[in-house]
Amino acid sequence: MIVVIDYGVGNVKSVTNAVKYIGCETKVSCDPADIESADGLILPGVGACGYAMEKLGGLADVICDVAKGGKPLLGICLGFQILFDESFEHGTFKCLGLVEGKVVPIPAGRTIPHMGWNYVKFPERMDLFAGLGDGKHFAFAHSYYAEVTDGDAVVAYTDYGMDIAASVQKGNIFGCQFHPEKSGVDGLDVLRNFEKYCKGATC
Amino acid sequence: MLTKRIIPCLDVKDNRVVKGVNFLNLRDAGDPVELGGRYSDEGADELVFLDITATIRSNKTIIELVEKVAANVFIPFTVGGGITEPGQIGELLRSGADKCSINTAAVMNPQILAESSKRYGNQCVVLAIDARRTKGVKNKWHVTVRAGSEPTDIDAVDWAKRAEELGAGEILLTSMDADGTKAGFDIELTRAVADAVDIPVIASGGAGSLESCYDVLADGNASAVLAASIFHYEEYTVKDVKDYLAGRGVAMRPVV
Repeated sequence: MIVVIDYGVGNVKSVTNAVKYIGCETKVSCDPADIESADGLILPGVGACGYAMEKLGGLADVICDVAKGGKPLLGICLGFQILFDESFEHGTFKCLGLVEGKVVPIPAGRTIPHMGWNYVKFPERMDLFAGLGDGKHFAFAHSYYAEVTDGDAVVAYTDYGMDIAASVQKGNIFGCQFHPEKSGVDGLDVLRNFEKYCKGATC
Repeated sequence: MLTKRIIPCLDVKDNRVVKGVNFLNLRDAGDPVELGGRYSDEGADELVFLDITATIRSNKTIIELVEKVAANVFIPFTVGGGITEPGQIGELLRSGADKCSINTAAVMNPQILAESSKRYGNQCVVLAIDARRTKGVKNKWHVTVRAGSEPTDIDAVDWAKRAEELGAGEILLTSMDADGTKAGFDIELTRAVADAVDIPVIASGGAGSLESCYDVLADGNASAVLAASIFHYEEYTVKDVKDYLAGRGVAMRPVV
C-alpha cells in the first residue's frame, strides 16, 4: 500500500489517478498510523513552501522519522522541494532536512515559471528511471529550484539555460521536481519504478 | 531544452465538446472524456477544458465531469470558465485539475489573481485574455469579457503586464478576431504580449495550417499553441503538428 499524504496542499487527485492507473493499491491519508504502516509514501504538493510547511505541521516529524527508518518516500514538485533543509520562497522556511540543500528562485533572464516539458538527463543508477532509456521529457511547473549539496544524493538534471535538479535519490528518499503523474507514459513508468522499489524495501 | 507545447482545447457546453467561429455558431465536436483521453494518449503536451457556459461556480455536474476527464489524462490539465473566487480553484485542484484559468472575474476583481497565486502558487493560476483588435488603431487590442460578448477599454498588453505583477503564472491569449476561423494566429498580438511579460504565453485562436503554428511560435514568441477545431475534426493529429514543427527546428517532445 502506497499512502499519498494529504495535507490540504496540492493536486492529490492527479497523483492518486496516476497511482491507481498503474494498478497500485493506494490510500490518501494524513493519519500518522497510515503513514507508519505504508509500504511507501508519496508527498505531493503545489503552492508556496511556507504555507505547505504550516499545513504539514506535526506530520513533518512523523514523515522524517519513518523516512530515516528506511521507508521509501517520493516527494513531487513542492513535495520534492520540502525534502531539503530550507526554502527561500517568499521568506526563509525550515523544511524537512532529509536531503542537504536549499531552494532558491530560478534566476531572471528566462521565462518563469519553468513551465512545460523538458529533457531530463539521469545517471543510470537512479532507481526511478530504471529501464526508461534516453531522450525522455517530463512536465515541469515551478519558479524555485533546489541547489543540492548532499554528497550522498544522486541527482538528475534538466537544462533551462542552467542546470536544474529534476530528480534526486538518497537511499530510500526520492524526489522529482517534475510531475511524474502528469508526464505521460514515461511519468507513469517512474511511478511504477517507485512502486517496485517499495515492494522490495523492508519497512 | 524546454520544448514548445501543443495544447488541444475542449470547449464544453452541456457536457459536450463544441466549437464555434468567433465564439458563435457552436457545433458538436464530441465527448470530453473520450477526447481528453485520446489527446493525452496521442502525445498532447497539455489539455485545456473550458466550461463556456461558465457554470463552474454553481454546477456540481461540471466538477464531476472534470473528475471524469482527469481520470484519463496524464498530462497537465487546465480548467476554466466561471471561476469567481480562489476557493473554487481549490475545489478544481482536488477534482484533478492542475491549473485553473480565470478570465472575466480577474478583470472585475484583479485581486483574485494575487489571492489565488498566494494560496496555490502562481504556476497554477492562468490568466485567460480574450482580445479583439481595436478598430482604426494599428496594433492595439482591447480586452473583452463574458465569453467575448462585452468589450472593455482595457489594453490587452497592459492587462497582461498587470496580471503578471499580481501573480498570474501563465497567459492564455485568445484572439477573438481569429478564433475558429483557421486563418492563422494573430502573430502581432501574441508577440506584443509575449515580449511584454516574463511568464509563458499560450497562443490561441486561428490555428488552421501547420505553418500558422510555426509562425506563432517562431515569430510570435509563444511558449505554446492551443487549438481545437483542427484536432476535433481530425484534420491533423497532435503527431502531425509536432513532426512538422520538429522538422522546422522547433524543440518538441517527441510523440511515441
